[in-house]
Parts: sequence; structure tokens; C-alpha cells
Amino acid sequence: MIYWQLFLAFFIPNIVGYGGGPAIIPLIENEVVGRYGWMSSQGFAETLALGNALPSPIATKMAGYIGYDVAGVPGSLIATFATVAPSLLLMLVALGTLYRYRESVKVKSMSQWVRPVVMTLMAYLTWSFLDEGLATAGIVHTAIIAGVAGVLLLATRVHPALVVCFGLGYGALLLG
Amino acid sequence: MLRTHVQLFLAFLRIGLFGFGGGPSMIPLVHQEVVKRHAWMDDEAFADVLAIGNTLPGPIATKMAGYIGYRVAGVMGAISAVVAVIVPVIMAMIALLGLYARHGDQRWVQGMGQGVVPVVMVMMAKLTWDFFDKSRASLGWFVTLAMGIVASGLIYWLDLHPGLVIGAILFAALMRPEPRRTASEVNE
Repeated sequence: MIYWQLFLAFFIPNIVGYGGGPAIIPLIENEVVGRYGWMSSQGFAETLALGNALPSPIATKMAGYIGYDVAGVPGSLIATFATVAPSLLLMLVALGTLYRYRESVKVKSMSQWVRPVVMTLMAYLTWSFLDEGLATAGIVHTAIIAGVAGVLLLATRVHPALVVCFGLGYGALLLG
Repeated sequence: MLRTHVQLFLAFLRIGLFGFGGGPSMIPLVHQEVVKRHAWMDDEAFADVLAIGNTLPGPIATKMAGYIGYRVAGVMGAISAVVAVIVPVIMAMIALLGLYARHGDQRWVQGMGQGVVPVVMVMMAKLTWDFFDKSRASLGWFVTLAMGIVASGLIYWLDLHPGLVIGAILFAALMRPEPRRTASEVNE
């Protein structure tokens, strides 16, 4: 059942993903590309690139688009619901309890201990994008694009949307 | 009442349209609208809601939108705030990627798709570094790397689902004993 799979594919990353939207991305990739094979690695990278160039939270944009791509408007609604609803409901229901325990070492450890795992998943995703770039654009173009993007993102205050446009423009002119 | 709903919707629409860089970077915009512009909450309450939101998994911007919407105007308020912050951009996303897919057989469009992969790689590398840096600040670099290596062994070598690995860590954190409180704290 595709709707149930969509629900699970977005519910699981969002219920274990500590660290806000960006932390959820590698977990979503694991489901969407790795487990269910709904998208290729390049398709996921393209979606993520556009997502990074647009405003609003990244996790819901990915869910809304991938859900639509897999199963139309109902798919989009289900994936978005699975992304937003569980943690929001927890927050509404358990706010009082959470408030009392917000200084608790247990609660703090939860988000601190998950970080190295998310870091590992992100490192793996970086690696798979590198692999993808080398296989399609080749080593020279990948190095040039990554080099320029790296300088723009790390050393200047150029907007990430413009850096994505640079990659798109470079590809259209030199890789097409 | 209707006025409040419209205000809520417009406030979170602005946050959704001007908040670049993912949920966490949108928090200052939420603060601007909710505390400064509409005074739905004071600074202290906002800081508490943010702290509590961070103790839960999932995207932070929608948790903030939903909770603040609920406090201001009940269940319908929560729905309109969440819809305002996410739906317009999801629709833009679907429209743009649809356009892209329709011209997917053009060589230059395929080139665009290839050209953007290294950019996303750099963005992901930067996120990886940010998470390493934050983790190093709280756990130290040795523990961070050790946990990272063990996690990658479990996930990529033993093929365990990452959700399972994180679930086990969350469980371990919950089982962690609270430090004994000192006599002065108990007396407070």
C-alpha cells in the first residue's frame, strides 16, 4: 500500500530526527532512495537543491514534493502530515510535562547523543553525492563546481539560492 | 476572531516566504512576528516554547507554528499557521520540478541536474561539519567520532535501520539516572 509506505517513510525520520529539518534529510534519503527506491540519488539531489534555494522549512518541502511525485496530491498530503503532525501533537499534549523536565539530563542527553549519528548519516550522504557527481559530471567539473560553491558558501555571504543557480547555470552551459 | 486567524495566517505566510535556509534559521523571523509585531507571547514564553520544541524530534519551524497558532486561536489557529508556513512553497516546488521534468529530455536541462549535484554535496558537507562542531562542543571530539564510527558500522556494515540505532540511543538517554540533587536544591 503506497500511502502507508509514504506515511512510514516520513514518519520514521521525523520521529527520530533530532536537530530540526536538516537532520531529517539524510534519514529521508535513506527511506526514499535506499529503501523504497522512489527516486535516484541524482533526483534526490536535484530536489534538495531546489528545496535549498526556496524559503520555508526543508523537511516539509521534501515531504510535500516527494509525496506528490510518488502518489499525487493525496501522497503529498500524507507525507506532509507524517512530517508535521507527530511531533506537533507531542508538543501540544506534553508541553507541561516537557516544561518540567526541560533541564533534565535525560532530555538534554537525547538531543546530544543523537547528533553524532546524524553527523554520520550526513557524511554518508555527502559521500554519495560526491560519487554521483563523479559518475555523471566527471572529476574535473565536479571539482570546479564544488570548489566555487565551497568558496561562495563558506567564505562569502552570497545567498545559497544563488549558489544553486550557479550550479544550474554551469551545468546548462558546460555539461549539457 | 476572524481577524486573529487572518493575522496568524499572514504572519506565518511571511515567515514561510522569507525564511531561507531551513527551519532553524527561521526562528528569528518567528520571534519577530510573534513577540515583536503581534505580542502574542513575551520573550520568556517564546524562549520556553523554543527550548521545549528542541527537546522533541521533527522540524522546528512547524512545531513552533503549530504550537503558537494553537495558543492564539485553538485547533484552527494551529492548522492555519502550519498551512501558511509550508503549503505555498510546497506548491511552488511541485510546479518548478514539474516544469523541469517536462523538459527532462533536453541536454541542457540534464546538464542543470548534473551541475547542481556538487553544490548539494558541499551544502551537505557543511551541515556534516556543523553537526560535528556542535557535538564536539557538548560531547568532545573523541566521543563524537567514536559514536559516529560505531553508528556507521551498525548502519552501513550490519545494515541496521538508522531509526533503530537512534531509537536505541534515545532509550539509553531516557534510562540515564538523574544526578543526585544536593540538599540545598531539594530544600528550594
